[in-house]
Amino acid sequence: MSRNAWIWLGVAAAALLVIIIVAVSGGDDETTETTEAAETTTTVAETTEAPEETTEAPEETTEAPEETTTTAAAAEPIRIAIVAPSASNDLAFTQSIVDAVNVIESERDIAEVAITDGTFVVEDAAAAIRDYATNGFDLVIAHGSQYGGSLQEIAPDFPETSFAWGTAADTFGLPNVFAYEAASDEGGYVMGVMGAALTESSTIGIVGPIEVGDAKLYVDGYKAGAEAADSGVTVNVNYTGSFSDVALASEAAQAHVAAGADVMTGTAQMVVGAVGVANDQGILWFGTQANQTSLAPDIVVASQVYKWEVVLREILDNMESGTLGGSTYKIDLANEGLVIEYNPDFELSDDVKALADQAIADIISGSIVPTG
Amino acid sequence: MSDFFTEAVLIATVAGAIRLAVPLLLASLGETFGQRSGVLNLGVDGIMLLGAFAGYYTVLKTDNVWYGLLAGIAVGIGLGLASSLISVTLQAEQGISGIGVYLFGLGMSDLLFQRLVGTPVPITKFPKVDIPGLSDIPWLGRMFFQHSVVVYLAFLAVPLAMFIINRTTFGMNIRAVGENPEAADSLGVSVAAVRYATVTIGGTMAGVAGAALAIDLGIFQQNLTNAQGFIAIALVYFGAWRPLGVMAGALLYGFVNSLVLQFKTLGIIPQSWSDIAAMAPAVITILALVIVARRFRAPAALTKPFTRGT
Repeated sequence: MSRNAWIWLGVAAAALLVIIIVAVSGGDDETTETTEAAETTTTVAETTEAPEETTEAPEETTEAPEETTTTAAAAEPIRIAIVAPSASNDLAFTQSIVDAVNVIESERDIAEVAITDGTFVVEDAAAAIRDYATNGFDLVIAHGSQYGGSLQEIAPDFPETSFAWGTAADTFGLPNVFAYEAASDEGGYVMGVMGAALTESSTIGIVGPIEVGDAKLYVDGYKAGAEAADSGVTVNVNYTGSFSDVALASEAAQAHVAAGADVMTGTAQMVVGAVGVANDQGILWFGTQANQTSLAPDIVVASQVYKWEVVLREILDNMESGTLGGSTYKIDLANEGLVIEYNPDFELSDDVKALADQAIADIISGSIVPTG
Repeated sequence: MSDFFTEAVLIATVAGAIRLAVPLLLASLGETFGQRSGVLNLGVDGIMLLGAFAGYYTVLKTDNVWYGLLAGIAVGIGLGLASSLISVTLQAEQGISGIGVYLFGLGMSDLLFQRLVGTPVPITKFPKVDIPGLSDIPWLGRMFFQHSVVVYLAFLAVPLAMFIINRTTFGMNIRAVGENPEAADSLGVSVAAVRYATVTIGGTMAGVAGAALAIDLGIFQQNLTNAQGFIAIALVYFGAWRPLGVMAGALLYGFVNSLVLQFKTLGIIPQSWSDIAAMAPAVITILALVIVARRFRAPAALTKPFTRGT
């Protein structure tokens, strides 16, 4: 190869590298929001680079609070950072925490909210978590069970910073780590009761990702609810083996259709593929993690929505009184951290709604334990 | 097991296999052109992702699936030309430069999606076309002849690719350049021009594959292809660089996937085994690859840049 060719190759490779860095950092670390929307333009550009370019980040991000705290009260408003695996608006897991922090932001004096989303690579998430802690954020939310190992290493290095980790039930015995989880089996059970009442073919299909954690809890709860309500109902469960394979989720839904299902549900971000099939075939759908009505307004009956703000309020109260971690929280039907939101455009009979209300009351009173 | 041998389930298994095979088939047919001429493009998945986003976004804005397909083609041509520039003109190491294209597509497609769309919004899907006469055949009609229009196009591309590679002057040049670029060059064939053409064909097909996937699902999401582009590259080896072999590989992969999904749904594979069963398509494809690949030889000049007089 000639000398010229090597030079050109070098130039091209450098250019490509720059493009890739810009693209990946922009793609992964999508939004940064502050309390003052008008001031965010510069903040977005600066803080979103933080996880990728660790060495430069401190100088850049420290500018953010100067701009945003100008309008803040003197009561030391806190700064919250979120690190989450999928997109902020995925209508599922990541959106649930982003929505919750937005609610908190409207209730309390929050100086800044920074979000790094799309970090499905755990190492990227770990870099972002460490970066936010380094930059003096008061509360860093590691929103993914898979981030636990990283948090266990990082949290002891920042004793002044509070970390929240979910969905999980373990704080590693660290004084500055809170853990939070969702009793997603409870809402699953309630919607399973409705599903059993609505199915005419007596067959229900569930599309799951991998049989772990929150997803397993929801699927088990839904199945238990449907079978408890009507023992003649067959509930087929299909774990596709992936949180992200939309095409496979779509085909899993097709398999449920072939097996005779006329009511379906599913959990994790890849279910958008299954919702599409349900919509084409006129099959009823129950959503979870976020309100999925917008994906298919004709067939979504109801969604179990996570209100993490219930947990966040307690965490922030603790922080104000000087406790930076050590406790575990759970959102459930009783504390209204789990809410069943109905699709207003779907005509659900009062009888079915009454069944759901009864199931909710029974779970809150403890007379029903969904997956006990 | 008796649940499986019902009309609805058997038809769904075969029809599902075909649907799952289509994006792989399109992408790997395109990659076959590049590899037959001696260029390995590992960036297929990145091109598919950008093609998928372009297709999705165009349909979202225009509500016309054909414009979406055209957008996928346009993105494929652009990235195909860029890939040619990197591998042919700049002679970059093909095993590495393609990874760069992949990462670019992965990041850029998500960035654009987040900036321009945000929350996933369903779009119009490709129309289903029942082939007159054939679609009414019991069982077979619903398995093979009641699909969306891209399914037929993808399978029509197989004989077309065979014809181009085996029966045309252009195809002869592709094979010559892939086997012995020095000899081809001495006979007046422009190695660079042939490789630019084949890599661009590969990029175009990858763009179409991505757009077809997004428009068939009616949705876009981060990393929509879930590494199908890499499976497509493996299928080119599986198919021994021949369009028919590639088609067989894509159908096998689709069929195993579809079968596993049906078995899981019906409880034939117990729930506790489902995560292991999810690996079956990849494992079976790799095993088949090991067995098949031993019998066939790769194009002699594959991954080797050509410089005249060296």
